[in-house]
Amino acid sequence: MSVVFFYYFAAVTIISGVLTITFRSPVHCGVALVTLLLHIAGFFILLNAEFIAAVQVIVYAGAILVLYLFVIMLLNLKTEERVFHRRYAVVSLLMLGIVGQVAVLVLRSPYAGVPGTATPELVLAVGQTRAIGITMFSDYLLPFELIGLYLLAAIIGAIVLAKTPGMQERKAQLETVPAGASPDGNAAAVEPAGVTARGDEGGRGHR
Amino acid sequence: MITLTHYLVVSTILFALGLLGVLIRRNFIIVLMSVEMMLNAANLNLVAFSYYLHSLTGQIVALFVIAIAAGEAAVGLAIIVVIFRGKIATNVDQINLLKW
Repeated sequence: MSVVFFYYFAAVTIISGVLTITFRSPVHCGVALVTLLLHIAGFFILLNAEFIAAVQVIVYAGAILVLYLFVIMLLNLKTEERVFHRRYAVVSLLMLGIVGQVAVLVLRSPYAGVPGTATPELVLAVGQTRAIGITMFSDYLLPFELIGLYLLAAIIGAIVLAKTPGMQERKAQLETVPAGASPDGNAAAVEPAGVTARGDEGGRGHR
Repeated sequence: MITLTHYLVVSTILFALGLLGVLIRRNFIIVLMSVEMMLNAANLNLVAFSYYLHSLTGQIVALFVIAIAAGEAAVGLAIIVVIFRGKIATNVDQINLLKW
């Protein structure tokens, strides 16, 4: 039974991978990528890693792909005439050669690793999620905290990068119009607006 | 009987497809999607080794890889939005702002 599932997941994963890099429209590519990610989660369940499978579905298919689709629809891209680079056939043939070489290496290698202590029976007796949690919060606590720091940095970086430059300026203008009756409120609102406007002009001219 | 080699072959093919997508596609967003595909191939390798070598380390590293992929997607898409706002292009060969 698991053999059948393995070949089903392998076939769908590879087909949707091919479709992801060959579809013309970015939205179609995104949908093919969702299919690929969900079937990778199926692989994880076959490998007794149900927590990773759940995280894969929630984070990848639920969050990352939605982010991609949001950006695609926000940018309103038009489908281009030419989706590939000029010499894509040469690159594809080169890649085919490299993949053949790697596949031969993979098929010949003995993988003589030292087996660890977490046998599948032991993990299933404790519960896979529980076993992962115990290992992560004892042996891998420092990497876990560092990942938290990394995510914080990524959030701040994304916000700073994607911030609209003229937003403060427009808000200041909106505040200025109703405050026109009171002289001191007006002066306070105009001053930062002028500063940000000049800053923006400088930035744009430089670019 | 499914062995480790089966999983490794699947993930080799997936990684190659992702690398091919990075190399031949012109759209920046699809280049990022191909990078996600490559990260997934690496994840599949990690979890397969973790199962066949009886160790939980591979699964934990796979979780970290998923978190890193999330951060990479967020920052990469923010960069795409900024570039698209500055000049209306998402083709990687038109984005040569830092080319000397």
